[in-house]
Amino acid sequence: MSAILRFLTRTRGRKQLHITDTLTYLYLGLGVIIMFAPVLWLIFSSFKSLGEINTFPPRLFPYQQDTVQVAGYDQPLPLYKVNMNGQTVELAEINRIGIQSNMVDPKNPAQTFRINIKDLTKVEHIVFSLDNYGQGITSFNFGVYLRNSTIVTVVATILTLIVNSMAAFALSKYKFKGSTAIFLIMIATLMVPTTVVLVPEFLIITKLHWNNTLTGVIIPTIATPTGMFLLRQYMLTLPDELMDAARVDGASEWRIFAQIIIPLSGPALAVLAIFSVMWRWNDFLWPLVVLTHNNLFTLQVGLASFQGELNVQWNLILAMTVLTLIPVSLIFAFLQRSITTGIATTGMK
Amino acid sequence: MIRKATRKDVIQTIGDRLSWFFASLYDWITYVLDRFFFNPLQKLVGMRRMPYFFVLPNLLVFSLFSLLPMLLNFGYAFTKDPNLFLSERPWIGTQNFSQILNCGNILDPNTCVVDLFWRSVWNTSQFVVFQVIIMVVVSLLTALVLNGKIKARGFFRSVYFYPVLLSPIVVALIWKWILQDSGLLNGILTGLGINAQPFMTNPTWARFWMVMISTWSNMGFYTLILLAGLQAIPQELYDAAKIDGANNTDLFKGIIMPLLMPTMLVVTVLSLIRAVQVFDIVYAFTGGGPGSATMYIVQYIYMNGFSSPIKLMGLASTASILMAGALVILTIIQMVLRRNEV
Repeated sequence: MSAILRFLTRTRGRKQLHITDTLTYLYLGLGVIIMFAPVLWLIFSSFKSLGEINTFPPRLFPYQQDTVQVAGYDQPLPLYKVNMNGQTVELAEINRIGIQSNMVDPKNPAQTFRINIKDLTKVEHIVFSLDNYGQGITSFNFGVYLRNSTIVTVVATILTLIVNSMAAFALSKYKFKGSTAIFLIMIATLMVPTTVVLVPEFLIITKLHWNNTLTGVIIPTIATPTGMFLLRQYMLTLPDELMDAARVDGASEWRIFAQIIIPLSGPALAVLAIFSVMWRWNDFLWPLVVLTHNNLFTLQVGLASFQGELNVQWNLILAMTVLTLIPVSLIFAFLQRSITTGIATTGMK
Repeated sequence: MIRKATRKDVIQTIGDRLSWFFASLYDWITYVLDRFFFNPLQKLVGMRRMPYFFVLPNLLVFSLFSLLPMLLNFGYAFTKDPNLFLSERPWIGTQNFSQILNCGNILDPNTCVVDLFWRSVWNTSQFVVFQVIIMVVVSLLTALVLNGKIKARGFFRSVYFYPVLLSPIVVALIWKWILQDSGLLNGILTGLGINAQPFMTNPTWARFWMVMISTWSNMGFYTLILLAGLQAIPQELYDAAKIDGANNTDLFKGIIMPLLMPTMLVVTVLSLIRAVQVFDIVYAFTGGGPGSATMYIVQYIYMNGFSSPIKLMGLASTASILMAGALVILTIIQMVLRRNEV
């Protein structure tokens, strides 16, 4: 037994894998399963038909029952395997009466049988059908929600970058009356979350007649103290001499900002842009409060209200959930390195 | 020789043109703004006053949507429901507060006038305690494992990070699908010969899974922060300790724990503040149920202020103020602790 273990754990060139190494990889392997399996399960399930979705215990792959066209019947009939007199034959089911099933032999449509349903096994094969996606997109308004989410995410991100970089520039490169006060107030509000100002924020939106507009969703989110702080800390590291040189050349303060500071702040702006996209794409509570018209919903609000309906159609919800997580997964696949280093260095989310 | 353009060339050309287009657009906008707005403005007010105009947009939005609402919150808390506009709300003083705080025994929500508020407070407290402890332990363990000599560290690091990017609604739906009565987990349990469990409809199970799911979705973030903290510990310290004959336990107690303490504090406080505000996941996962078993404080605020037929915004605001107070106290405790640390 120990010889087998030694054989399994031996490594090339180095000494034996230590027990802690084995534990480490076990832990990591388990981690991979726990982190990815739920998402994979969602993806597999999203291809299942409604009947398959309701089968218990559930199966990993989406199966579909084979059907066959039999002469004399309008609809294609479902196929079953039946054990008759010790030999297995495939029969098509015409209809069911109680626990008896009327079957027909597809090869010989004239011959019908009456068989107990206990003796039937479905003839199935694995099909990744896109029916749920097609049906979901039409009944769920997916296009509209996607458009709203995209508008909110893109516009809010652009405005976030502009508004916060301007403020960060002023607060990092100038000493002016009140600058410290402004900075401190903004940092102080970092610890008071938006959730506690929900009611009055809604009043202000109502006074501005921004209820049920995407503007109402976008504008309140663009001045993020976190983003401003991140950019400011970065801009502090840029040398002031550059600005002085530009001033000598007669550049206005605006041109110093737009043509010297901004191009040099690329990395910090990129981090904020990625975060802003994630925040706005995943935002839920604020859009939920501002938007009540179905055709203005963002994907998250739409999805939540779709699943809250009385008759939950899980097959469609699963497909729509998969569609909603695709953009974030793409961002993850392409940008995970810069996101992870961004978080590790700035400690923000 | 003339080479036929490949698809790669075409893509590169398109990319070049696009970036050229955006760069020119940026330059042009910058120029127009400078020529017709900022330059004349600077001539008018002088260079020293320009920074005010740079902070202005941010300050406006910030004041209007963060600062002003904080003050208005008090306006709601001290006036009578149910109208939205403050001018239509008569002043009632501290009535909302005394109503909320009117309890026979503060530990038992049934003796309170506004019992649902206290239920949500206790649910939240319970959630926060379990969530923070489990989150810190699991993230620390994972960060320690990831900091060891392992292959493909980048891969494993991103594995744990993936759920962080998913939206709370998606996370809730994924798990609801797994945990429902005829879901995957019950399927596995029945396969193993164990009775199916009412994961979503039993109060204790629902609370348990809320903690587990939010740990699942957020632990990657805290793991990353802790990993960064671990990697900031200089290797020489470990080497020196090993020469002195320290074993792994000594290393952990003597070097890792003390040096990682500030990062641990950050993680604890961040996860604490986030746990107090839990909303999105519950909303889609249990909707506060079964009964009010997973009704947390933000949902209580949302329910009173927005989703119930009679909108009790004063009550919602009062609850927000109490919650903000708790958060501020927690943050101050953290600051004090940190000061002692340094």
